[in-house]
Amino acid sequence: MSRDGAILWLKPFIARPIALLGLGILLGTMLAATFAPWLAPYDPYAIDPSIRLTPPNALHWFGTDQFGRDTLSRVIHSARMALLIGSGVVVFALATGVPIGVLSALFPRLGHLLMRMVDVLMAFPSLLLALGLIVVLGPSVANAILAIGLGYMTTTTRIVYGLTLRLRMETYVEASRSMGAGTAWLIGKHILPNLVSPLLVQASFVFAFAQLGAASLDFLGLGAPPEIPSWGNMLAESRTFITRAPWLLFFPGMMIVATAFSLNLVGDALRDRLDPRFRQLFSEKG
Amino acid sequence: MWSYALKRAATTAVTLLAASIIIFAFIHIVPGDPIYVLLGDTATPDQIDALRHQLGLDQPIILQYLTWIGHVLEGNLGRSIFFQAPVLSVIADGAETSALLATMTMIWVTLIGVPIGMIAAVRHGTWLDQGLSGAAMLMASIPTFWVGLYLILIFAAWLGWFPSSGYPSIFEGGLVNLRYLVLPSLALAAPNAALILRLTRASMLDVSREDYVRTARAKGIRPWQVVVRHILRNALLAVVSAFGFTFAALLSEAVVTETVFALPGIGRLVVQSILRRDYPVIQGVILVIVVVYLLINLIVDLSYRLLDPRVELQ
Amino acid sequence: MLSVRDLTVSLGPETAPVDIVAGVSFELGKGEILGLVGESGCGKSMTSLAVMGLLPQPGPRIRAGRVLLEGCDVTQLQPWQRVEAGRGRMAMIFQEPMTSLNPVRRIGDQIAEAVRVHDRLSGPPAIDRARELLEQVRMPDPAMQLSAYPHQLSGGQRQRVMIAIALACRPQVLIADEPTTALDVTIQVQVLGLLRELCNRLDMAMLFITHDMGVIAQLADRVSVMYAGRIVETAGVEALFGRPRHHYTRGLMDCMPSRNSGARRLPTIAGQPPAPGTVGAGCVFASRCAAVRETCRTAAPPRAEVSRGHDVLCAFPLDGGEPR
Repeated sequence: MSRDGAILWLKPFIARPIALLGLGILLGTMLAATFAPWLAPYDPYAIDPSIRLTPPNALHWFGTDQFGRDTLSRVIHSARMALLIGSGVVVFALATGVPIGVLSALFPRLGHLLMRMVDVLMAFPSLLLALGLIVVLGPSVANAILAIGLGYMTTTTRIVYGLTLRLRMETYVEASRSMGAGTAWLIGKHILPNLVSPLLVQASFVFAFAQLGAASLDFLGLGAPPEIPSWGNMLAESRTFITRAPWLLFFPGMMIVATAFSLNLVGDALRDRLDPRFRQLFSEKG
Repeated sequence: MWSYALKRAATTAVTLLAASIIIFAFIHIVPGDPIYVLLGDTATPDQIDALRHQLGLDQPIILQYLTWIGHVLEGNLGRSIFFQAPVLSVIADGAETSALLATMTMIWVTLIGVPIGMIAAVRHGTWLDQGLSGAAMLMASIPTFWVGLYLILIFAAWLGWFPSSGYPSIFEGGLVNLRYLVLPSLALAAPNAALILRLTRASMLDVSREDYVRTARAKGIRPWQVVVRHILRNALLAVVSAFGFTFAALLSEAVVTETVFALPGIGRLVVQSILRRDYPVIQGVILVIVVVYLLINLIVDLSYRLLDPRVELQ
Repeated sequence: MLSVRDLTVSLGPETAPVDIVAGVSFELGKGEILGLVGESGCGKSMTSLAVMGLLPQPGPRIRAGRVLLEGCDVTQLQPWQRVEAGRGRMAMIFQEPMTSLNPVRRIGDQIAEAVRVHDRLSGPPAIDRARELLEQVRMPDPAMQLSAYPHQLSGGQRQRVMIAIALACRPQVLIADEPTTALDVTIQVQVLGLLRELCNRLDMAMLFITHDMGVIAQLADRVSVMYAGRIVETAGVEALFGRPRHHYTRGLMDCMPSRNSGARRLPTIAGQPPAPGTVGAGCVFASRCAAVRETCRTAAPPRAEVSRGHDVLCAFPLDGGEPR
């Protein structure tokens, strides 16, 4: 990316300071996830019954839970799970959605069939679909990624399909076709590059809502196994103690909100940068 | 109009059919012998034989599917392992709670989302608009169960204004029992109201950029008249179609909220059935919810067309 | 009737405004038709919206200058404010009749809405007046069409509806922003004829905006030529076509194919108009002018009256010696 290109990408962020805040929170979360073992003051698994359920204090900034584990450390380590699930879902949605969407748009007969299948998948409300898959496959992190990802694959496919259809109609594509350009070359040179920015926007929103989906699954006990620290798991455990230890409710939840919110902000800012032809596809339904 | 309605109904039916195949297959792809999946581990040999015969489990899979469809159309969705009762009646027990919860939630969503979205649109560009839009985006980023837990903490535990769990039927205790649904419906409404707010705002802004709004202004009518007579009607058209989508999605989002508030609804039924491995119920609920979801989407789509005179002539 | 003086429309922050229209002035007398011509993007639409009080908000604003309707300053007033001040007799019609009418309301309703504002009628009398207006614009079967929706009408009919709406305020001034550009040629002729007839009959002044020189030649009494947000020449229509004095106007005339051009290549004006905000101190046309001199680039050109009713924004205007 040229220097001008890079500056163009940063412009919507500079124009809206709150989007910079979002970017900042995001970077913070990524740092926390990467350097968790060094950043966390305590071992997130270390149990110490003598200090169970202590409110935030100088030693434990976020307090401790019912096993005496340091909440701050657990929150920091949970960032790993959040990032893992988020990126897993995004990768899955893109890896499946893009090929299906592009091919469906370029080969109409195949496309009709594939999009119909996508429609059938969309007949299942997203959380229900995820639950159904977990029942069949069993709860685990990988299955959670698959289950949530399948839901977002459908919207991604739809978006890519719409975009590719539009791109196909563009005159320069027709012109290239008339000059004998092959399909693969067309995809590589014309279609995929134009998909990058809209997909970046989509990725932000998917990453954001994947956090909420994963948290719900974890909360129900159907996502990441309870031993692994994740914000959803922490909230599930805090349920019995919310009156005695409200800090256990506050911090993990706050982190989910902060992450999802910052991703939404980033997605919004990126969407403003988008080519106006495509902005319609990213109406508020995200 | 009618030909369009028929076409859409036909498409919905086909989608439903395809979805039913997936739902039927559910029992067969769950790990384990379908017989034990359906009857549980404590099945007696008599029960096993009876079910084998009833479902035709020794027959080709297509016939099994058709048998199953036949049963479904008669209202027989199988038998709950846990409750030892027909799945349909188990679901029907939870229907009242979930339906009321969904309705109350939609009321909050409409009352909060639409007017505030309108205000934000009319005051486009000002601090008020930015603040409201930002708040909406924040609300949309908050998990419903977290809102729910906080509502319980503040309004049930600390203030004691509302109960924190359960729901006795209004048919037994009177309308006052609706207060059990206030906190859960607020929790569910929060992120959805935010989305409707943003949609209303975006829709109104889009419409206000249309040429015919400029014509309306040129006539010299007052700003509020421009908004009400020209912008609102056309903008709300787009919001209406989102309503259906939202209501339908509520059916699945309610799963977590009903769990948090221990409401005897269909959502909690799903979760408990998953934990209890009560597969017939899981399958039945998914089927019912998909049917309702597709029906609601169909109705919304048709009403949208009804409201827009442009489509009539086609 | 209508007097526009030094109108400047800008975008951007107060501290660093970008002028899209600068120092535009013209006068419209009763019953006069003034043509405003220029290429796409020269600012003519923006000027018309500013004069009408319809600048989109937030967005461009009138930074300087005055708009006077019958001597009364209506510069910063939007149409509804002008009506309240009793100065609402200016109307506007737009380029795209399809999108300029509300698709979900019947046209009788939409015309009656304008009638209700200006005539203080309501109910059946307003509908009657609406029908009357449709007759005035020569709409076939007016009574039937009152209950029609816009998509049921043809392009030409929709434009007539727009004109009817405009007439509801009994306008002293009608601003027409490229009203026939989106119509078929045969319909164009009808609508232009209708407009001309209405101006004559109702003593209505019209500001007619277009990029089509041919239409101007037939329709206008006087013409102002716009370039990069500025008016570079104003003259009576024959004088402008016969003896253009500004180099840009001359260039435009040369670009038009005529019966005498034969099979020659049509000349073009090399280059592009400057983007708003990039104009320096000198003449705005300097970068493309064939007769440019050093001083043109550094000093703003004066507005010179080269003969009665004919002025040019140029330091070295053509002498107008040879007629075309």
